[in-house]
Amino acid sequence: MTVTLALTAGVLFATGTFLLLQKRLSRIIVGLGLIAHGANLIILGSGRRPGLPPVIEDSAAGAYSDPLEQALVLTAIVITFGVTAFLLALAYRSWSETGSDEVEDDTEDVRIAHKGDQP
Amino acid sequence: MTTMATLPIVIPLAAAALTLIVQKSLRLERIIGIGASLASVAVAIWLLVEVDTQGAIVVQVGGWAAPIGISLVADRLAVLLLATSTIALAAVLVYAVSQKSTDEDLRGFHAVYQMLAAGVALALLTGDLFTLFVAFEIMLTASYVLLTHRAGGSETRATISYVVIGLVASGLLLTTIGLIYAVTGTVNIADLTVKLDAVPPGVRAGLGWLLFMVFGIKAAIFPLFFWLPDSYPVAPTPVTALFAGLLTKIGVYAIVRTQTLLFPSDEPVTLMLVIAGFTMIVGVLGAIAQKDIKRILSFHIVSQIGYMIMGLGFFTVGGVAAAIVFIIHQIIVKASLFLVGGLVEETEGTGAIDAVDGVARRSPILAILFLPAALSLAGFPPFSGFVGKLALVEAGFSAQSWAIVGISLFASVLTLFSMTKIWGGVFWGAPKNDTPSHVPRGMAYATASLVIVGIVIALGAEPLIEYAERAATDLMAEGVYRGFVLGAGG
Repeated sequence: MTVTLALTAGVLFATGTFLLLQKRLSRIIVGLGLIAHGANLIILGSGRRPGLPPVIEDSAAGAYSDPLEQALVLTAIVITFGVTAFLLALAYRSWSETGSDEVEDDTEDVRIAHKGDQP
Repeated sequence: MTTMATLPIVIPLAAAALTLIVQKSLRLERIIGIGASLASVAVAIWLLVEVDTQGAIVVQVGGWAAPIGISLVADRLAVLLLATSTIALAAVLVYAVSQKSTDEDLRGFHAVYQMLAAGVALALLTGDLFTLFVAFEIMLTASYVLLTHRAGGSETRATISYVVIGLVASGLLLTTIGLIYAVTGTVNIADLTVKLDAVPPGVRAGLGWLLFMVFGIKAAIFPLFFWLPDSYPVAPTPVTALFAGLLTKIGVYAIVRTQTLLFPSDEPVTLMLVIAGFTMIVGVLGAIAQKDIKRILSFHIVSQIGYMIMGLGFFTVGGVAAAIVFIIHQIIVKASLFLVGGLVEETEGTGAIDAVDGVARRSPILAILFLPAALSLAGFPPFSGFVGKLALVEAGFSAQSWAIVGISLFASVLTLFSMTKIWGGVFWGAPKNDTPSHVPRGMAYATASLVIVGIVIALGAEPLIEYAERAATDLMAEGVYRGFVLGAGG
């Protein structure tokens, strides 16, 4: 179970990082979403004893799931959802103002790249 | 009594809600916003005195005792930075509302601003790693909105990289917290100070450096600073001043808090000192290459972060105390420098140092405001930067880390050079026309108040350093912080 979670998280992180390095903003946003999901899976995997009720009273000592990491993941999902929605709105605004979905080049990089052009 | 420690978070949150309700009246919004900021300053100063005399105030939120519930811990380090940041927040707010063309621009501004203040206060006061993550999210999300507030096409595109970097750092922070929870089963910082002892040294070091790196992105240390000089200068001046003064420093605060409490070391950490040295030098060299006031100052933010990491890297009480003094000095001085830079842009129409000349003759008040802040940044006696740097150099001598002390002094000389570049380019020279320019009064007062706070820091250096040393002792001494949160038996 944990190995499956860990592998899935790894794949999500790898795919997310790949998408993050693309030039198109829409892909970057999807990549960010994947990374956030990977982080959530890691938190889920950090709990112990899956499959048991998260109640201490009715069960023998130690035979319960940890409810905390689910609370943490829930919080993290809500935050990611909100920020992703904001980023999508920002991407739409950028697209409607400039007509392009691509991320701007770094100003310093541009300066260095054009250094040779000047006489 | 303990509820006082929640007020720095509750006041701005309530104010944010109220300003949304009274949205029809900009005047009312303004009164609520400034009133809340001033009330926060008062509470923070009360806490500053109370915590020092009576000991740390700990609130167990919802009545759930730590480590099960969330703790808010107002210890000396937290209240010192809380007082400084609320002062900066209040001054910048006054500056922002005094700007020209404010009416439509300011719609919704106050609510977001107060959310940012709440996030900052929560980040400083929380005693829980996950709540620290949430606080960072509140603070950063508010900062995204402030950056893009009424931004045009090109500004929007420039800020997108800031937002994306922020989100990547948040994802990594979340992952790190998940890993820490996996090996220890707790996210309460006080509880972690014990539980991390049982973790194998290799895993522990890995977690420590992962956390250092994640907060390092937010604090803009070398080599993770690249996003900062591109995104900060495009924002409106008050926003930039606030970000420059506060946001990166909250990242540094998180580094100091977690490294001293969770990953203490008995000797100077060489890797941290190397990073500090590179941050100083690369930042200041970047500043020298720039031709615009705000971009120069943005690179200086990076450079100055290096000094704070240097103080932490010694892992002595003196070093950490010096880093704390330096953070406080930077919050005030950096914000005031950006406010002056904004005033120059406001009166001259541009901040490019080639295009502006003779400001000292046209508006002497700007020169008077700029000079103490710039000399302070370079570490000139008797200003606050000198106090911080002297403490750092002394800590370096007693830790016998000669190389980093030499590098820090060299970086100071370069800082002075780049400040003279602004001074010579913008303030000196013959003005293009001799008419005295109009400096908006509220903005000048707000800037002046911050500059004066900076001078007060320098005058009150001795009590401040002593306070910072007590704060550093709380962090470095084994079990003190744990005693605050979990009680004597914890």
